[in-house]
Amino acid sequence: MTKSDFAVIGQPLPKVDAWAKVVGETKYADDLFLPRMVYGKLHRSSHAHARIRSIDTARARAVPGVYAVITGADLPRVKFGILPVSQDEEALCTEKVRMVGDAVAAVAAVDEETAEQACRLIEVDYEPLPALMSVFDALAHPEVRIHEYGDGPNVHKSVALQFGDVDTALTGADLVREDVFFFEGSNHLPMEQHAAVAHWGSDGKLTLWSSTQTPHYVHRLLAKVLDTPAAHIRVIATPVGGGFGGKTEPFAHEIVACQLSKLTGRPVKIALTREEVFYTHRGRHPVLMWIKTGFTKQGDITGCHLRTWLDGGAYGSYGVASTFYTGVINPVTYKMPVYKFEAARIFTNKPPCGPKRGHGTPQPRFALECQLDKAAEQLGLDPAEMRRRIVAEPFTKTANHLTITTIGLGECIDKVVEASGWREKRARFGGTAARAAVSGGSREGGAGCTPVVQPEPPSPKKPGIGIACSAYLTGAGTAIYWNDMPHSGVITRADRSGGVAVLCGATDIGQGSDSVLAYLTAEVLGIEPKDVHVHPADTSLTPVDLGSYSSRVTLMCGMAAIQAAERLRAVIFQAVAQRLEVSPTSLVARERKVGVPDDWDRAVPFAQAVELGEAIHGVLAFPGSYAPPKRAGKYKGGGVGPSPCYSYSACVVELTVDEETGQVDLGNVWIAHDVGRALNPLLVEGQVEGSVYMGIGEALMEEQVFRKNLHKQPSMLEYKSPTTLETPEIHTILVETDDPEGPFGAKEAGQGPLLPVIPAIANAIYHALAIRIDEVPITPDKILKALELKRLGKPARVGPVKLPLFTFKEPIVVESAFGQPADAVVKRPFAS
Amino acid sequence: MKVRVTLTVNGESREALVPVHKTLLEVLREDLGLTGTKHGCELGECGTCTVLLDGEPVLSCLALPVETEGCRITTVEGMAEGGRLHPLQQAFAELGAAQCGYCTPGILLTATALLADRPSPTRQEVKVALAGNLCRCTGYTKILDAVELAALRMGRQEART
Amino acid sequence: MIRLPPFTYLAPRTVDDAARLMAEHGRDAMLVAGGTDLYPNMKRRQFEPKVLVGLRGIRELRGVRGSAGGWTIGAATTLSAVTAHPGIARDFPALATAAGLVSSPQLQNMGTIGGNVCVDTRCNYYNQSYEWRKAIGFCMKKDGDICLVAPGSSRCWAVSSSDTAPVLWALGARVRLIGAGGERTVPLPALYRDDGIEYLAKRPDEVVADILLPPAEGWRSAYLKLRRRGSFDFPVLGVAVAARMDGDIVRDARIVLGAVASLPRPAEKAAAALVGQRVTRELIARVADLAAGPAKPLDNTDFTHPYRKKVTRVFVARALAAVAGLRDGGATSEEVA
Repeated sequence: MTKSDFAVIGQPLPKVDAWAKVVGETKYADDLFLPRMVYGKLHRSSHAHARIRSIDTARARAVPGVYAVITGADLPRVKFGILPVSQDEEALCTEKVRMVGDAVAAVAAVDEETAEQACRLIEVDYEPLPALMSVFDALAHPEVRIHEYGDGPNVHKSVALQFGDVDTALTGADLVREDVFFFEGSNHLPMEQHAAVAHWGSDGKLTLWSSTQTPHYVHRLLAKVLDTPAAHIRVIATPVGGGFGGKTEPFAHEIVACQLSKLTGRPVKIALTREEVFYTHRGRHPVLMWIKTGFTKQGDITGCHLRTWLDGGAYGSYGVASTFYTGVINPVTYKMPVYKFEAARIFTNKPPCGPKRGHGTPQPRFALECQLDKAAEQLGLDPAEMRRRIVAEPFTKTANHLTITTIGLGECIDKVVEASGWREKRARFGGTAARAAVSGGSREGGAGCTPVVQPEPPSPKKPGIGIACSAYLTGAGTAIYWNDMPHSGVITRADRSGGVAVLCGATDIGQGSDSVLAYLTAEVLGIEPKDVHVHPADTSLTPVDLGSYSSRVTLMCGMAAIQAAERLRAVIFQAVAQRLEVSPTSLVARERKVGVPDDWDRAVPFAQAVELGEAIHGVLAFPGSYAPPKRAGKYKGGGVGPSPCYSYSACVVELTVDEETGQVDLGNVWIAHDVGRALNPLLVEGQVEGSVYMGIGEALMEEQVFRKNLHKQPSMLEYKSPTTLETPEIHTILVETDDPEGPFGAKEAGQGPLLPVIPAIANAIYHALAIRIDEVPITPDKILKALELKRLGKPARVGPVKLPLFTFKEPIVVESAFGQPADAVVKRPFAS
Repeated sequence: MKVRVTLTVNGESREALVPVHKTLLEVLREDLGLTGTKHGCELGECGTCTVLLDGEPVLSCLALPVETEGCRITTVEGMAEGGRLHPLQQAFAELGAAQCGYCTPGILLTATALLADRPSPTRQEVKVALAGNLCRCTGYTKILDAVELAALRMGRQEART
Repeated sequence: MIRLPPFTYLAPRTVDDAARLMAEHGRDAMLVAGGTDLYPNMKRRQFEPKVLVGLRGIRELRGVRGSAGGWTIGAATTLSAVTAHPGIARDFPALATAAGLVSSPQLQNMGTIGGNVCVDTRCNYYNQSYEWRKAIGFCMKKDGDICLVAPGSSRCWAVSSSDTAPVLWALGARVRLIGAGGERTVPLPALYRDDGIEYLAKRPDEVVADILLPPAEGWRSAYLKLRRRGSFDFPVLGVAVAARMDGDIVRDARIVLGAVASLPRPAEKAAAALVGQRVTRELIARVADLAAGPAKPLDNTDFTHPYRKKVTRVFVARALAAVAGLRDGGATSEEVA
């Protein structure tokens, strides 16, 4: 279809929930106040690693206004975790604490103040154990085990996969580079701190309202940890005030709120403080990376071998998936005929890492794109042209058996190169000549005096421009737990008013999933988005959607919504066709009417068409179901990485670096993103801009540092999130490739555009000053250190120098599928 | 120590009997039912809880009701006049400036004060004015666009009347 | 939500009453003006006063008054009002700049100049929640008896984190203090002590009533602030320079560094090296080295301390160049990484 064939799709419409949000009506979890509600608070561990000898709650219980105090002994003794293979968490630790911030006990009290006061009176007797605060520590001390399970002492997961003969490919290359990189990791820092309200009713049924991206998984896990039938549990995801992956699994505070409600017979709210959000974490893994890649003189990749070590923190979380994701998506971007990938996730005594925007892929993307930049220089190639040349082919398979459908990356590169003035700036910036500064964001004024005429020294602010690209999945091809059911379900119900209700388990975390459901339904039925009432994320009412993660919602819910709406439309068409005495195939639905285009005067208003349909068919409620095509590679581990389609991004960053202070001033960011089709360009741009922003924070200032076994700065003040003043002008260009897998051709936009920003910044800094900062974040002190090395005639690089002593297991060796055509026939379950 | 405070919120006189150490943020949300005011840190480090005090943006997490008696307090619930949205609210909705929407009330109020002070601010002036409001979703782009659009519309409206 | 501990709130109408109440309640009482420093610290249980004496309702503490003898700034004047005052901006641009760089716009609307002058010293082992401090082991500044940043130290190394204090020091400001036993006016430096805990030399009952600035009379000033972001962040280095010029010859100069010690740190040798000299880049480089020499930042703020030390020299040079009217490439008001 072309753009002009659409009525709603492609329009820059407001989000359907925008109005409630701008007047303050949207009810987030902490905005809920139920009658008789009490407040819960968690007592958290002050030790990074310790055995719990005893817990004394007597003083807490004695505080007036306290309704209940519980420990792990008051909960069923069952461990949980988001992945079936990593059931290693307890809502309240019973035997051991594994990090500062682990929950040990909980209080319910008349108000939050009393709960907090009582929490402080809980006394825990600990037997301290050595704290393992880094991958190196954890591997060096196998005698101190954080968990008893995994692929070795303190090794949560180890994987090794090889696709084709990498050694030979590297031997035959004109240039082989080996580089080491480190990515420090980061928190999601959603503006809304996690909150949950639980109400265990007198009927024995439990309702949990929670700020969660995955109500379905929370539902399943609550049944398990509370030893209560899932049929008696209802989970409602409230509008999420920022997720970014940080609210994608069940948490201690949710489980504890439920249990406290059961014990007190009252609704219980637990809202985390900002500091507790840092302990709940599940943020970006710190990853140490070694990457060896072979290139031809022309810049083609002959093969690549990547090793990653992930600092997992204290629990499994999504870690097994994260481990795979540090490797499996890399071959999707460029032609990479053979590939070998080894990875290990190591337990440490820090808050657990998990999925953050880009889940596991920004780290190796940083490594790969910086290495490409280094290779391009050595080969005398323009880094943009080199990338343009090696873009993967559409509708082919990668070395690791992933199926690529459409690729707009070539066009993305062309567009950012053109829009940024890449060629001219690339030639003009860099080197040592005096240059004009690129426009920046700092405020002027202050001295208030007239200049004395003296020759101006060269500006210390050196401009540079850099590029990087990326790819990301549009929805994980497999669920968290293996099953043959839909990944996403929708029920669409038309009523006699002409209104249409859409019930779907998807959670709107600000990305606009409610709106996308309304747009797609309105498009198919020829009505306005305002006529569609979206009822999201309520496990009792809505069909399952797996959750707002892995950029799956627009595609998967979208496909289900289209299917449901088409089924509804078919019945309506049948009824209208009878009334008008025409063939159903001659009918169209548009402008809130159903009729024959050539005889539009007789078109039936939509509400009347619904009545006609209902008269024939009965209640008009239709399901839509979606599950991705089954394309998992036929090897162990082949389930992580497949996706219906992949989005692509290219990014150019222009900046200045102050060579005296090391401060980086971003001027402009150009980003082109292949979104397949922009269902609403405004929302897509918003996702791209937000991704760029988050990438900037990670690249330059967000630090996830631990000192004396504690998070160094668990606050909004000291964990540096960019303000308006550090955020450059972001120029977004959308590229449409109309992917056959997506709803009306759409692919993801919410995560992929973060990926290229970080290496593009690193590459621009190199262009400005000829220094390499091979670790993220790139802070001013690292820049000054590299400049100092340069002055001393040493390699002007700051980055990791040491790799862990770790023997990966023998790889699973599989033939490379590189260049094979994508399967001609795509089989999607439930595609009617 | 509980005190009776009389606050002028969104043009209405509201009484509450509250502990003196309860912040304006807590009283607005928990005693007056005005949950449009959000919070992200409660330590003055994020700007989410911004309200207007006599037209000036302040942080409700660091203000005590006893200190704000006699002042005009404006929360996001007080921005629309009757059924008509403030032009900033309209522009934020139209341009997708609210994604998760959690920082939106605070930003709307800060921007309201800016436009009252400077009806046609430059983009840099908007950035400076909003530098005390963190947003993690938007990259600020659509927020800045929306403030500019609202300023333009308010200017036109002004010109007509 | 993190919440305040209970307290009694007293709202005197005059400074004398405030001083009297402070004296009456002794160690249990604290003064509060804007609350932007006090309340976060109370929420984290760094301060646990039983009584707060609020200065908000005292009219005489607010406003900027000019006279032949200079300027008088009421201590409860908000930072926004200081920045926006045309006379201050004209005569003491560095002060207007510094007040306008404190935290965020919202906080400047609440926070007062007196509060900023008296702002608690900071340390990233100290500005943490009660639970965090308990987990790492309480330090001597609150609840403990050791120093975590300099183990073995018998003193506290928390950092003076005021933006306006170094500038006021460089401008030769005095402060009028009103206590239960009467009032006195002292040079601003006399307000500070080199100790992270007892960082103020005033008696607890004394209220900073006014800040007095001498006439500008040919003085030029500049303030540069190092911090990570253009908003929110405390200074991790502040450089205030004031100089009186006669053509391009320096007649008088003061250089004061902020956030490098428990009090604003004057670079007296460096300033002396300027006097009587014609400002050249060579001179600036020499003076910057002299000024940066005594700066000994420790690892208890944002950024690494060796980095803060390195940048001290650069910022002093840039501030001097700005005051002397030499453009030197750097931003003139603020440095943000």
